[in-house]
Amino acid sequence: MAVAAQAAPGLDQAARPDFRIVPVKGLPIVALILAGVIVAIARDARWGLVFCHVVGGGLWTGIDLFVGFVVGPILGRLSIPARVEFSKKFMPMMLLIMPTIVTMTLAAGFQIARQDGFLDTSNPKHAWVVASFIVVGIMAVIALAYLEPANVAVLFELRKPNPNGEVIAGLMKRFMYTAGITGVMQVATLVIMTKLVS
Amino acid sequence: MAAAEPHAGPAPDPIRPMPPVTEIGAASMICIAAGVIFTAAHLPARAPLAVPVALLAVAAALQLLNAVILSRIDAFAWSRFLQVGKWALLAYAVIAGMIEYAFVYDHTRGSQLAVLTAMLALFMLNVPVLIAFTVARYQSAAR
Repeated sequence: MAVAAQAAPGLDQAARPDFRIVPVKGLPIVALILAGVIVAIARDARWGLVFCHVVGGGLWTGIDLFVGFVVGPILGRLSIPARVEFSKKFMPMMLLIMPTIVTMTLAAGFQIARQDGFLDTSNPKHAWVVASFIVVGIMAVIALAYLEPANVAVLFELRKPNPNGEVIAGLMKRFMYTAGITGVMQVATLVIMTKLVS
Repeated sequence: MAAAEPHAGPAPDPIRPMPPVTEIGAASMICIAAGVIFTAAHLPARAPLAVPVALLAVAAALQLLNAVILSRIDAFAWSRFLQVGKWALLAYAVIAGMIEYAFVYDHTRGSQLAVLTAMLALFMLNVPVLIAFTVARYQSAAR
């Protein structure tokens, strides 16, 4: 099947391989953040752990909700070349930001739960912590098995001399649906987290 | 694609049907997540090991099945698969290492740590396979 024949109008102009799949300049920032989380855990530093958990969790929840319910539907209504242009800038950043803030949030959150005794099965709020594990587990499966692979595959497709419009549209649809599902799961996270600290 | 990449040879249909590698990988990840949640829900006390070990065995079997299925795909872009897979493996080794560090730091020891470590190892291997497969399935096999 000739790929050029499937390419959407304007796609070949919009999709020039003028971007990096992994923004290397951001890697030192990622390393710095992860080092900060390790130090906070090693020192049992309460403020550091709360900072990592609240900042990471706020960003994670906010980005998931914003992408799932605002960016996703807008992206779905854009022309293919506009989607391509947006994706070339947006997807590489997501590739660094999301795994970093997720790791930051979960690693710090687990330590806070331990410090506060929420991990103890006799704690009245233990069930809420387990519920948060389940929500995170569902989000992890969706994000790691479907969302992130689609994200990376779109970037590789966009770097081809003649990207396949059908492949990009399929992968973008998968990205937007999964972002929507994780957005819904984040609403559950908000309920659980506010219950835990109430 | 054949016209744009003269060295690629006859390109396979980029959206040709593929075996359910993603679905099997997702099922394996569900087992890993369930096992970690079950164990973590009991921490810092010891969790019964029968359930996590059973889930670990199923997750491992599913990943083995995925490896066999992958090896039997005709005209697959293995070079791209390996290129993407090795960098993703590096990234997820760092993430799995951080989670392992948290478990060790919280005094998880013995058979419980062994099961959690094995689950993290499967997680670390599974995600790169899924990312690399999703990328490589749309690439020309000759590249």
